[in-house]
Amino acid sequence: MIERITRRRLLAGLGAGGGGLLLGGCDRVGRSSLFRSAESAAQGLTMKAQRLVTSRTALAREFGAADMSPVFRTNGNVMPSSAAYQVHLASGFSDWRLIVDGLVARPLALPLGRIRGLPARSQITRHDCVEGWSAIGKWTGVPLGLLLQGAGLRPEANYIVFHCADDFRGTLYYESIDLIDAFHPQTILAWGMNDRPLEVGHGAPLRLRVERQLGYKQAKYVMRVEAVASLAGIGLGKGGYWEDRAGYQWYAGI
Amino acid sequence: MTADEVDPIPDAEASPGPPAVDADPPAPSGGDLIYRHRWPTRIWHWVNALTVFVMLMSGLMIFNAHPRLYWGDYGANADAAWLQIGGNQARGFVRVGDVRIPTTGVLGHWRDRNGTISTRAFPYWATIPSGYDLAGARSWHFLFAWLLVVPGLLFWLASFLNRHVQRDLAPKRSELSPRHVWRDIKDHARLRFPTGAAARDYNILQKASYLSVVFVLLPLMVLTGLAMSPSMNAAWPWLLDIFGGRQSARSIHFIVAFAILAFILVHLVMVVLAGPYNEIRSMITGRYRLPREKG
Repeated sequence: MIERITRRRLLAGLGAGGGGLLLGGCDRVGRSSLFRSAESAAQGLTMKAQRLVTSRTALAREFGAADMSPVFRTNGNVMPSSAAYQVHLASGFSDWRLIVDGLVARPLALPLGRIRGLPARSQITRHDCVEGWSAIGKWTGVPLGLLLQGAGLRPEANYIVFHCADDFRGTLYYESIDLIDAFHPQTILAWGMNDRPLEVGHGAPLRLRVERQLGYKQAKYVMRVEAVASLAGIGLGKGGYWEDRAGYQWYAGI
Repeated sequence: MTADEVDPIPDAEASPGPPAVDADPPAPSGGDLIYRHRWPTRIWHWVNALTVFVMLMSGLMIFNAHPRLYWGDYGANADAAWLQIGGNQARGFVRVGDVRIPTTGVLGHWRDRNGTISTRAFPYWATIPSGYDLAGARSWHFLFAWLLVVPGLLFWLASFLNRHVQRDLAPKRSELSPRHVWRDIKDHARLRFPTGAAARDYNILQKASYLSVVFVLLPLMVLTGLAMSPSMNAAWPWLLDIFGGRQSARSIHFIVAFAILAFILVHLVMVVLAGPYNEIRSMITGRYRLPREKG
């Protein structure tokens, strides 16, 4: 009998101690440098493993018109607040130019009408927010690879950075992808959605579609496409607004 | 492999050597200390004990970012959710289909450490990290996912090679008879557990639950997890077809996670009822004392 009580107490003690350790402990462990380096190693491993089993040109699933979401919700910023954007919006983006620069042989400044006149790709794909929801919509736009070829991407370039018109607390949004995704056939700068001109809430005049990654990579209100050798000089160095400010993973294929 | 050398469990198939000169050792009886769990089982058990809790708790935080579940390819706020956890400053609820269950104080409405009301789905004590942090939860989830998958595959391999699956987990034909299964269910319900030599082997309910966790539930968790990855969808589109779309995969991921949680709770209760000291020791040292025969 005595032994039993001791066992029970021991077990209760272990349970309470373990629970407490788990509760308070994980937050502390999560902030430790050891956890951070293990976590970033795991992130690299995940990306390498996924790239190993995914061929460079493997396509995201494309759906039929009947599979589309009745309502495609908006997320993040839905109306850039800058005066410059408001002027462009009011004039139907008639004086607006997309800048393609950085490590390119021939920097470009392309009017929207010119971009709409370039060869376009339409795709009905699923958009997956990091939060967990999905929406299926139709996107029409110019393949990013076509613009990069037109500008003459230099061999030192490793990443493509997207500078956007919307901001969070004064910091303009930015995102980046590597060249594997930049030249993927489904990676487009979309100017149309669901057979209509792209709406402001969804990123007018241009929104990136990089279909094998999550929603926060799908930069809206793209103003400038910059080719860079390294992400170190972009923002705080992790390659994107949410990566820098909230610790989201740069590789958003999972 | 030293484990096998001291393994007293008789195994006719695994001993092709010359016949023993001595008579067979007497069958173990109640009170004997026997070698029950080999080292791959013990190591995997404890690695998993940690991993599964981190996966469950970080998973609940990820769920908190969008506490609604759907069937099919797409699903967002304007679409019909079959499960929703929500709340306001006054009360919290879980809605399954048309049934609304009040959960004020626990889900959808709870007080954090400072006494402030939160309307997130799962409370701070059930999530990793404890404060709302989707990016942090994803870091935990995808780091420990490797600890779930790699040791899990190694355990599978080891357990086929050391014949743990074939010898200890695979049900014998006689155990599958409805009469045998029913008797085992009745014995469990009356908390009457086997003693002496009969306690040496897993009973049919144990075999069924361990086999379903190892070969059904855990693989389902991994595969539905991969089915939510847009990159894996491009690589292995058949995953989407198996589960009926990404949002269905997310729903199944959630349901199976709770099936695993239910297994863990029953497992812990059984450990306590069967004698926690003996059970926990056997999973640390491998040595298990057979319960004495009653009467």
